[in-house]
Amino acid sequence: MAIRFLLNGEWRSEDRVPASTTVLDWLRGTARLTGTKEGCAEGDCGACTIAVARPRRGALRYEAVNSCLMLVPQLDGCAVTTVEGLAGPDGALHPVQAALVEADATQCGFCTPGFAMAMFAYAQGGEPAEEPIIHEALAGNLCRCTGYRPIVEACRKIAGLPDSAAQIAPDLQGVQAGMDYRCGDQAYFAPRSLAEIADLRAQYPDAVVLAGGTDLGLLASKERKSFPVTISTAQVAELQRVLVGRDGIEIGAAVTYTEALPHIEQHYPAFGEIIRRIGSRQIRNLGTIAGNIANASPIGDTIPCLMALEASVTLYAKAGSRSMPVEDFIIGYRKTALAPGEVIASVHIPLPRPSQQFVAYKLSKRFDQDISTVIAAFSLSLAGGGVKALRAAFGGMAAKSGRAKHVEAAVTGKPWNAESLKDIDALMAKDFSPMSDQRGTASYRLRAAANLVRRLQFETGDQSAPARVEAL
Amino acid sequence: MSARLDRIRGGAHASVRHDSAVGHVTGRSLYVDDMPNVPGTLEAALLLSPHAHARIRSIDVSAAMAAPGVAAVIVARDIPGRNDIAPIRTDEPLLPPELVEYEGQPVAAVAAQTLDQARAAAKLVKIDYEPLPPVLTIEEAIERDLYVSPPQLMTRGDIEAGFKSAVHRIAGEVHCGGQDHFYLEGQIALAIPGDGGDFQIFSSTQHPTEVQHGVAHLLGLPFNAVTVEVRRMGGAFGGKESQATIIAGVAAVLAWKTKRPVKLRLPRDDDMRATGKRHPFLIRYDCGVDADSRIVALDLVLAANGGNVADHTPAVITRALCHADNCYWLPNVRFRGLPCKTNTVSNTAFRGYGGPQGMIAIETVVDVIARKLGKTPDEIRRQNYYGVERNNVAPYGMTVEDNIVERMLDELDRVAGLAAWRESVAAFNRTSPIIRKGLATMPVKFGISFNRPALNQAGALVHVYTDGSVTLNHGGTEMGQGLFVKVAQVVAEAFQIDIDHIRLSATTTGKVPNTSPTAASSGSDLNGMAALNAANQIKDRMAEVAAEHFDVPKSEIVFASNRVFAGNRSVSFPELAAMSWEKRVSLSATGFYKTPKLHWDFATNTGRPFYYFAYGIAASEVAIDTLTGETRVLRAELLQDCGASINPAIDLGQIEGAFVQGMGWLTSEELWWDDKGRLRTHGPSTYKIPGSRDVPPIFNARILDDAPNREDTIFRSKAVGEPPLMLAISVWLAIRDAVASLADYKVAPDLDAPATPERVLKAVDAIRG
Repeated sequence: MAIRFLLNGEWRSEDRVPASTTVLDWLRGTARLTGTKEGCAEGDCGACTIAVARPRRGALRYEAVNSCLMLVPQLDGCAVTTVEGLAGPDGALHPVQAALVEADATQCGFCTPGFAMAMFAYAQGGEPAEEPIIHEALAGNLCRCTGYRPIVEACRKIAGLPDSAAQIAPDLQGVQAGMDYRCGDQAYFAPRSLAEIADLRAQYPDAVVLAGGTDLGLLASKERKSFPVTISTAQVAELQRVLVGRDGIEIGAAVTYTEALPHIEQHYPAFGEIIRRIGSRQIRNLGTIAGNIANASPIGDTIPCLMALEASVTLYAKAGSRSMPVEDFIIGYRKTALAPGEVIASVHIPLPRPSQQFVAYKLSKRFDQDISTVIAAFSLSLAGGGVKALRAAFGGMAAKSGRAKHVEAAVTGKPWNAESLKDIDALMAKDFSPMSDQRGTASYRLRAAANLVRRLQFETGDQSAPARVEAL
Repeated sequence: MSARLDRIRGGAHASVRHDSAVGHVTGRSLYVDDMPNVPGTLEAALLLSPHAHARIRSIDVSAAMAAPGVAAVIVARDIPGRNDIAPIRTDEPLLPPELVEYEGQPVAAVAAQTLDQARAAAKLVKIDYEPLPPVLTIEEAIERDLYVSPPQLMTRGDIEAGFKSAVHRIAGEVHCGGQDHFYLEGQIALAIPGDGGDFQIFSSTQHPTEVQHGVAHLLGLPFNAVTVEVRRMGGAFGGKESQATIIAGVAAVLAWKTKRPVKLRLPRDDDMRATGKRHPFLIRYDCGVDADSRIVALDLVLAANGGNVADHTPAVITRALCHADNCYWLPNVRFRGLPCKTNTVSNTAFRGYGGPQGMIAIETVVDVIARKLGKTPDEIRRQNYYGVERNNVAPYGMTVEDNIVERMLDELDRVAGLAAWRESVAAFNRTSPIIRKGLATMPVKFGISFNRPALNQAGALVHVYTDGSVTLNHGGTEMGQGLFVKVAQVVAEAFQIDIDHIRLSATTTGKVPNTSPTAASSGSDLNGMAALNAANQIKDRMAEVAAEHFDVPKSEIVFASNRVFAGNRSVSFPELAAMSWEKRVSLSATGFYKTPKLHWDFATNTGRPFYYFAYGIAASEVAIDTLTGETRVLRAELLQDCGASINPAIDLGQIEGAFVQGMGWLTSEELWWDDKGRLRTHGPSTYKIPGSRDVPPIFNARILDDAPNREDTIFRSKAVGEPPLMLAISVWLAIRDAVASLADYKVAPDLDAPATPERVLKAVDAIRG
C-alpha cells in the first residue's frame, strides 16, 4: 500500500520511497521543498521542524516534530505543514511569518523556517503568551545569530491563533493508515493490535519496534542505516490509552510524552517538570515513556523517576502478560528484561500515598534540551521530623539507573536535618562509581549527587530561601 | 527646489529590515544546498582520521572505488597542483600525504551518485596508521617548545622598574576554553567544472578570494580560472573564513577528477570534528600594583592552543596582545604570545579573534587585584582607565584618541542604577545560603581594522540601468549580519533613491576581485565606503548630464527624494539615467576604499593597527547554585557604541546576538576531548549553545546616542560585529563575584572558563575550603 498524507493541503501518495527514508530527506530531495533545513540531523537544532497533525484517539492538532528523526511511513494518514505551506495562496505572510519579520527576528535565516513551524504549532495550542511556556515551545530550536530576544517577542505576539487543524480534519476523516508498506527490501508494518505486533515479532525476530522513533530515527538520520523490517506501535489503539484508576496511572506504550504529561504532572508535578525538560516539544510529541524505558539508557530521564515511584511495566506476549517493577526491568547498560516475543504494553505509576513527597532534579549544562549529567528522583515520606522512608534513584551515575541504597538506609529513621547528611558524600561513593565523560567527571557527579540530597533536605525542610536558580 | 521633500526610504541611519527577511520566513532564501541540482552532480563525503597523531603507512582505496555509485576517491597524491590551503603560512595540506595531526582530519574523500553511497564508500577507504603519541595540552606544547608560528612579544616601559615600584604583587593563571562556531548551516561547497578548464565554485564562505586562491593552487590553475560565488551563508562567525577552503578544495579536486559537478556538505559531526574553532587560551599573569591600586607592571603570557597548523593563529595572537590592555593604561608591560602546537583541530578565526581572550586576561587581573585589596573591581577599573590627555597610549604605541568608556559607564549607571543594584544583590546574599547572586560590569574597547594593513581595502561595483534601477555588488559577504542591507542603504543615500530600487547581488570573485574576508567587523566600514565611492562616481557623471540639461553649473545639481533638482526644476532619477545613456555617459563604476592612517610593524608589534575603537559597557547579574554549580543570568544591561549607526535595528541584532554567543562561550559551551585527543562534543546533543531560556529575563541592549565616529568612516558609523561579544565577559565576572561572595569578597575564586556547573561547584568548594 502507498503512504498517503496531506502535504501543505495536497494529497501525496508515495510508494517508491524506502521505508527508512527520513521525512527531511524526502522533503528536501523528492519533494524539493528546501525551506526545511538540516542543521544537525540529530533532533537537537530544530532547523528541520515541521508541523504534523496525526489523528490520535479522535483528536487532531498540529504538533511540531523533527523531520530529521521521522520516517516517511510515519506520515501515513497525517497532515503535514512545512514552511512553504504557511503563507496564503496569494503570498500573504502567515501571522507567524509576519511577526518574525516585524520583530527583526531573522539574521542568517537558516534556523528561521524551523522556528516558524515551532511557533505555528505553539500559536494554535491555545497556550498563553507567558515566557516560561514560550521558552518551552522554543526549546527545540537553536538560533546562533539573534540572541533570541526578537524571536521570543514575535512568539508572544502570535499566541492564541485559531486552530487550523480543524480545517483539515474533514480531509483526514475516514483516511485509514495502511497496515503495511513495502518498498524494495524494506518493509514497514503498522499493526492495529498487540496480538498483531507479537505475530510480526515472531515472524521477523530482527525487526525494530518503533514507537516515536526519536532514538531509532537517529540511526536513519545520522548513521544512514536502513531497517529491513520496522514494526510501528503508533496505530495500536489500545497502546494509545492513559487510564487513571484508584491504584495508579496506566500509560500505554504508544502514548507520547506530550500526551502523558498532564496526567503525570497532576499527581507528580516534579515528574512533570522533568518531562518538560526531556528533549524538546518536537521530541516529546513523538517520543514515548515506554520507548525511554525500552532504551534503558543510563541517562534516560524518566527511569529514575519511575524507579523512585515504584512504577512497573506490563509486558505483553502471546502466551500471556506479565508485570515487573521498572527497577527490575532495567538490567544493564541499555539492557532490559524484555524476553523474545515480548512487547512493552504499558507503564503503571502508583498514585501518591499520603505523606509521600516526590521530588526530582536534573543537572545538565543547559536547562533545556540537554542530556542529564546527573538525574535524581526522590520519594520521601516524613513523619515527626524524621525520615519514615526514602527511595532515591539516580541516573548518570552508573551503567544503568539505580537506587542509592546506602543513602536510603542511612537517612531512614533519622531526623531530617543537615546534620544527618554529613556523611552523604561517602555514602554516595559506596552506592555509585560513575564515569568521567564530556558531561562531567566522576568526582563532580558524586559531589553533585550528594548535594542533591542536601537540596532535597533543604527544600523539604522548614527553609524558605530558594534552592534552585530557576526559581528566581 | 520644493520646500518639503520626502526623505527617501531606507537611507543611512534608518532601521531598514534585513533584505532577506521575507525570504527567510518563507523558506525561499536559497543556501548552497538549496540550489537546483545541476544534472549529473555528484555528492561527496570525507573520511576523517580516527587518530590525533599517526603516520600513514598505506592507503588502499580499491574497496571504496568498487562500492556502488562511486565516481572518484581522492587522497593527497591525487591533488594535481600544490597541496596547501594555509591562509597565512604554508603548512596546511588539504589532505595529508603522510602524517595525520588531529582526530577528525580529512584524509580521503569520495564522490558518488548519492550522498549515502558517498558516505558508505568513505568508510571503505582502508588506511594503515602507525599511531604516534599526541600532544594535547597547551602546557605540554610549551614544555616541549612546540609552536605553529614564532612566539610574539609586545613590550613597553620598564617592567622591572614597574615591579620595583609596586606595593602589591599578584600572580596566577586562568584557562579559557575554545568555542565551536555552530553556524546553523554546516560547511558546504559545490564545484562545477566549466568551459575551457574553468571552475565555478558555490561556497558558503566569508572569504571567496581565499577559496579562489586555494582551489587554484590545488588544481594548478591561474586565479582567473576559478570563480567563487556566495549569495548568503547560514551563519559563519569566523568559521567560514579559512575553513571554507577545506570543503571547497575537496569538492574542486573531486570535480576536477570526475569532470562533473561535485557537492560536499559536511554532516554536523564531521563539521565539528574537522574544522577549527575559537582558540582556547592559557593565561599566566604577574602584576604589580601601587598604593593607589594602579597597575604599574603587567607580565602576561597568552598561550593559545593553535591546534595542528598555524591557520589564523599568528594573527589571533597579535589581536589578543592588542587587547590585553582593554581600557586600561599600563605603563610597563611585557606581553608574550605563544602559538602552541597540539594534535587537535587547528583553531581559527572566531568573532573577536583573540580579543576576548586578551580581555579575559586583564579582567581576571583586575578581579584578583580587587579581591586582594578588598575593593570592588569597578574601583580598580576607575583607577586604571586610559586618560584623555595623558596616560593614553596603548602598549603597541597607538594613542587612544576616542576614549568614551567613562562616559558610557556613567550612562549605564544612569539607566541601570548600579549602586542600588549592587545593594539588592548583597541583600539577597545575606539571606540566601544556597543560591548566591553576583553582579559585574565589563567595559570594552575593541580595535577596528585588520591588524595587517593590506587587508583594509575593499572594492565595489555599481550599475545604474536606464530605468533607474541599480545593481550593487561588493566584496563583502552576507552571513546574516545585515551587511547587504547596510551597503544598499549607503548607495540609496548616495543617489537619494528609495532602497527598493537597489538590487543586491551575490558576492563573486568575477565581479569584485582580490577581496578581503568579511571579518574583523569591517564589512560595512570597508564595503560601504567602496560602494559609496562607486556611487559617487556615477552620480558625478549624472550630475554633469543634469547640469547640461538644466543649463546650470554642476554644483547646483541636487539629488533628493528620488529626483534630481536644479532649483525648482527637476527630473526623476530614472529619467536622468535614461538621459545619461542618451548622452553616452557610463552608468557603471567600480569603487575602491582603503582605510587611512594604518601602519603596523610585525617585528616589534607596534604601530597604529586600528583606525578607531568601538566601545561598550555591560553589567550582568547572575545566580549560582552552590550545591550543583548551576548558573543563570538574571539580568543584563548593555550599552554599545555604534558611532552614528547606519541601521540601528540591524546593529541591535548584532549586539544582542553577540552577547548571547559570548555568554555561551563562557558558560555552557564546553569542548571536551578524551585522553586520546578525540573530540567528544561534536553535535548539539553534547555541545550546548544557549537556548531561548538562557537569555536573561531582563535583557536591555542599547545603542549609545549621539556618538558619531570622530574618524571619517561611512556616515560616521562604527563597526559592531565583534565588540559586543566581549560584553558577555560581564557574565563570567558576575559568576566569579557570586562565588567570591562566599568568602566575603576577600578571595578571588579559582574559576576557569567556561563556567560550567562542574567548574563553578569546584570553585565554590575551593573557596569554602
